[in-house]
Amino acid sequence: MEKILEVKDLAVSFKTFFGEVEAVRGISFDVHRKETIAIVGESGCGKSVTANSIMQLLPMPPAFFKGGQILFNGEDIVQKSEKEMQHIRGNQIAMVFQDPMTSLNPTMKIGKQIVEGLMKHQKLSQSDARNKAIEMLNLVAVPQPEKRIDQYPHEFSGGMRQRVMIALAMVSNPQLLIADEPTTALDVTVQAQILELMKNIQDKMDMSIILITHDLGIVADMSDKVIVMYAGQIMEQGQTDEIFKSPSHPYTKKLLASVPRLDMNRSESLHSIEGTPPDLYIPPKGCPFYDRCEDAMKICKDYMPDIDNHTNTHYSRCWLNHPMAKSKAEGSEA
Amino acid sequence: MSIITIWAVITITFFLMHAVPGNPFAKEGKMPKVVYDNLQKKYGLDKPLREQYVIYLKNVLKGDFGDSMKSRVETVNDMIERGFPVSARIGAQALLIAIVFGPALGALAALYQNKFPDYFSMVLAILGISVPSFIMGTIFIQFIAKNVSWIPIGGWGTWRHTLLPSLALAMMPLAHMARLMRSSMLEVLGQDYIKTAQSKGITKSAVILKHAVRNAILPVVSILGTTISNLLVGSFVIEKIFGIPGLGSFFTKSISNRDYTLIMGTTIFYAIILVALLFTVDLAYMFIDPRIKLTQEGR
Amino acid sequence: MENKIKLNPSMFEKATLEDRNAEKIKRPSIKYWPDVWRRLKQNKLAMVGLTLIVIMSVMSIVGTHINEFDYKEQNYGLINQPPDSVHWFGTDELGRDLFTRVWLGTRYSLIIGVLAAAIDFVIGVVYGGLSGMASRRVDSIMMRIAEVIYSIPYLLIVILLSVVFSQQGSGTSMFVLILAMTLTDWVPMAILVRGQVLQLKESEYSLASESLGGTRGWILKKHIIPNTLGPILVNVTLTIPRAIFAEATLGFLGLGLQPPSPSLGNLSNDGLAVMPVGIFYQIFIPALFISLIMFSFNVLGDGLRDALDPRLRK
Repeated sequence: MEKILEVKDLAVSFKTFFGEVEAVRGISFDVHRKETIAIVGESGCGKSVTANSIMQLLPMPPAFFKGGQILFNGEDIVQKSEKEMQHIRGNQIAMVFQDPMTSLNPTMKIGKQIVEGLMKHQKLSQSDARNKAIEMLNLVAVPQPEKRIDQYPHEFSGGMRQRVMIALAMVSNPQLLIADEPTTALDVTVQAQILELMKNIQDKMDMSIILITHDLGIVADMSDKVIVMYAGQIMEQGQTDEIFKSPSHPYTKKLLASVPRLDMNRSESLHSIEGTPPDLYIPPKGCPFYDRCEDAMKICKDYMPDIDNHTNTHYSRCWLNHPMAKSKAEGSEA
Repeated sequence: MSIITIWAVITITFFLMHAVPGNPFAKEGKMPKVVYDNLQKKYGLDKPLREQYVIYLKNVLKGDFGDSMKSRVETVNDMIERGFPVSARIGAQALLIAIVFGPALGALAALYQNKFPDYFSMVLAILGISVPSFIMGTIFIQFIAKNVSWIPIGGWGTWRHTLLPSLALAMMPLAHMARLMRSSMLEVLGQDYIKTAQSKGITKSAVILKHAVRNAILPVVSILGTTISNLLVGSFVIEKIFGIPGLGSFFTKSISNRDYTLIMGTTIFYAIILVALLFTVDLAYMFIDPRIKLTQEGR
Repeated sequence: MENKIKLNPSMFEKATLEDRNAEKIKRPSIKYWPDVWRRLKQNKLAMVGLTLIVIMSVMSIVGTHINEFDYKEQNYGLINQPPDSVHWFGTDELGRDLFTRVWLGTRYSLIIGVLAAAIDFVIGVVYGGLSGMASRRVDSIMMRIAEVIYSIPYLLIVILLSVVFSQQGSGTSMFVLILAMTLTDWVPMAILVRGQVLQLKESEYSLASESLGGTRGWILKKHIIPNTLGPILVNVTLTIPRAIFAEATLGFLGLGLQPPSPSLGNLSNDGLAVMPVGIFYQIFIPALFISLIMFSFNVLGDGLRDALDPRLRK
């Protein structure tokens, strides 16, 4: 399968009044055709910044590309101008946002919002555009599309609005869909529907998805590949079952452990990870998880671990993988 | 609602006028009792107050504001007819200037936040809201009219006579609208749907105009009512400075002359116009903001 | 990326808890009002406004006593003198010293502005508070009444009342001026207060506080009042220039304070009369003062508004 997107060593920072915030500090991953990859991590780890920077949707001051490349179909889009990006946005790459209650223009009719981008990219006639909008509403299972097309966002419920958002994103048949926490703001039952919808569309339209989420349940359900981010870096990356069945990085393990389970003992308290992520104004020299990691070693504070490949799809960055660490552990056991 | 207001204004004005101690004719000097009695009769001043009120109300409903107490030649209606178009013109021009340039300046300030256009606009705006229109007008006369020959200093006649007065009158509302637009725009630009619009790949100007401005302008529209209200009163003062024969100057003169019928007539006329305009603005707002309509229906 | 670091086994020793001390939440939590004041101080413009207000207030009390002239003392030998070392602001057409008159006028204007705002505040808070705490029905009736009152054009009523209660050509008493101005202007304040009261009556603060064991009175004091006080303060600060503007307009139309009492409005009016003859300082100085006062209060009000906005916390 060909690679749609290759992110190579991407670094994105923000210039603020107090200094530079290094939000993304050198990450690399690939997205293949029809693949769904999930980026997980806690708030502030850089997953949203990554997503937004692919489409250059970050306000460019104060944000700026500090380094790296984003190759979309072979071309580096970091270098592209605003005008060039406009060709790509809503056309080849599309995005669905988190909060459906605020993501739609309250004073513009739904139908118009759906085809607005399409009309620019494909110069459709009014009637063609209208038909297309109805078609999209059908696709996302919004009932009575001919009537609802002329309605305004406040006349739709949250779940419906998210469907509209998806319709909006899908309308020009993009190759890549970036979904930034698409179901976080919705009820659980609606969540399931939306995810189902996304899967169907992906199937029909041969589309790749980058799914940003902090909900591991969704990850297990939908993704082929998982990327675990922390403090602007990728801690672990692999196929979904590799990550769930044999997590390597302490952070990943803790994340998985913190998900409440039905078969837990009642007296067992919920596992949470102590502490808070590091301040990215002064990013740590070594492993960012150092001060919250129970297995931390002295070297972890000063040096960032290399990438260790467990399989050809699964890797993590942790000093615990290093032979010297393993021998130390064996040594102390003996 | 509006009708109640108008009625309230009429009633209040009427009773206020008649509550004034003294007599409108007292200043005329001594006059024979016969003449005095006749004048009283003519203006119905000999009848009990209640009756006078009812008569007046009836007349107003018919559109007749009665005779001026000072001018022997014209009725109040005549004066209103003469003065209103003049005032209306200046008022309308000022409103136009404010509506066009105010939000434009405000939007620019928001788009270039903390850069030159922002500082420039906001300085202008602060000046606009701090310097009352009559001072603005005086400054204009002093520094512009006196130095630029084709702009007349005062009076009325050609379109050039309307230039400075309209401008002076427009400054304050312009400033208010600019400031309001700026903060509204800043808030809108931070909203999620702007990101959504950008993600569709439409042009920057489309995002700004169709999404940002379209939403940011709502609060500005909602203050149109008060703006018009203030414009109205501002016009009195402007007409005085520039010597413009509009309704405002009649009103001002009627105040100093104590010409009660004229005062009442102009006040009520103004009130009616104002209320009508406010009503139109409310209606317009309902059309512009789709969310309002729905809640109205829901009631 | 191979970084050629010299690895030795000691580096792989486990790090102790002290080595790790997890980050504490850095910023100390700051108290509300001191923080507001601190933020206000950062706003240069607002500080300029505040300073000007203080200076003008002090001068308006003291300034009239600085030189030996009385405000109504007429001196026909010295009419329309431009500013010089004796009469620092010059004299008017009746030979009265303008320095004294202008500062006295400033005093009256400030008093009128502050009093009007204060009355608006009181009426507004009482009316709005009652309306908010009352039952739904009573509340909507009260609000309707307020709406009707508010839709009566403010300045129109002011002018009318002034007309009625003044003698011809001689202006209005301060009492009437203030009365006229507060008659309809209290409504925005009432609406504001009512909104805050409603909001907080049912808000999560109350709920949370009650569930944590706070009594109704404590809730009121600690939560409702600090939150309402902010916007109210801003409103009051911005009402003052509105009132002063109204007074100035009235004065300019000949309806201001009774001569010989000076107000910035009627001083401007007097100044206007001599402008055609080429005398500018007489209108310029009071006009400048009006503008400065309005500027200062507006800018201060803006600054307060920004300082109180929790979203703008740096």
